[in-house]
Amino acid sequence: MARPVQGLPSSSLADISFMVLIFFLLVSTMDQDMGLQRRLPPMPDPNQKVDDVQIKRRNIMVVRINDADRLLAGGSPMEVSMLKDKAKEFLLNPTNDENLPEKVEQTIEGFGSFPVSKGVISLQNTRGTSYNAYIKVQNELVKAVNEIRDDFAMQNFGKKYFALTEDQQRICRDAIPQNISEADPKDTGRKK
Amino acid sequence: MAKFSRKGKGGVPELSTSSLADIVFMILLFFMLTTSMRQGEKKVSLKMPGASEIAKLERKDLAAYIYVGTPIPSEQAKYGTDARIQLNDSFRSVDDIRDFIAAERETLSEADRQFMTVSIKADENVRMGIVTDIKQELRRTSALKIMYAARKAGAGEL
Repeated sequence: MARPVQGLPSSSLADISFMVLIFFLLVSTMDQDMGLQRRLPPMPDPNQKVDDVQIKRRNIMVVRINDADRLLAGGSPMEVSMLKDKAKEFLLNPTNDENLPEKVEQTIEGFGSFPVSKGVISLQNTRGTSYNAYIKVQNELVKAVNEIRDDFAMQNFGKKYFALTEDQQRICRDAIPQNISEADPKDTGRKK
Repeated sequence: MAKFSRKGKGGVPELSTSSLADIVFMILLFFMLTTSMRQGEKKVSLKMPGASEIAKLERKDLAAYIYVGTPIPSEQAKYGTDARIQLNDSFRSVDDIRDFIAAERETLSEADRQFMTVSIKADENVRMGIVTDIKQELRRTSALKIMYAARKAGAGEL
């Protein structure tokens, strides 16, 4: 008499898959890579003449951090918390001040003409500056630009910057460029 | 005599465990999709600076990592307590970055090379001198897309 085939015991399957699960938990990471993204300026050509880019004095704001992590922005010492407003004032130039950056009417594709600020924030540091202070200052400057972009997006599209479509975000980026220049270290010559 | 007699003692029937495996596999699949493999071993102690305006790195596979920080206690006997640069799994000097970047470029496909991002993961206590050296070296190798790795922090805790 033929015996019916018994079902395979599947209770151990769960144990095995638990083991695989634990293995994956151990070897994988959940942490996302987050950070401030930057673009470095290309190395200047040694044959090229230095100082080919002359920037007017009113168009540049120098932010300097010294060895003791003290901050000097636009010629006056200040706290990191004040830097954002200073940078916003510099980039927006709401009253068209003579000493703040000039604006140039530029045609932005899909939007029209818009007075784009020519302001450049030059960030300088010494070798003794702590990385923490440097990142804090970078963060404040990025925050200033982001807030201006948000305002711009709110006025023109009625939405925050991150809620816009790809094309609208490009318009915002063109209208409010993020001009933060990381100057060369002092001893290797200056640029911008 | 009752025609329908119940088999057994009439206790609670045993729970079926056959779906347990399916459920565990589902969790497993979730973890495999949401996480990425841990790469390399960190040999520096790393507490990244906090920042609020950080953006996510979109293509993790295109990233090269440079760690900067003090060696972990077990390595300090050999390498001291000064901030060091770690590339892949060993401590290197600034001059090795060129080769490291070249090797990383090689692993990417032709089309992706221009999108390669170098993620600088530095401890918040390192001095800018070493970071500036790295930046200068990266500029020389024209790896211009960089990211200063930071951890998410609200405005209050900065």
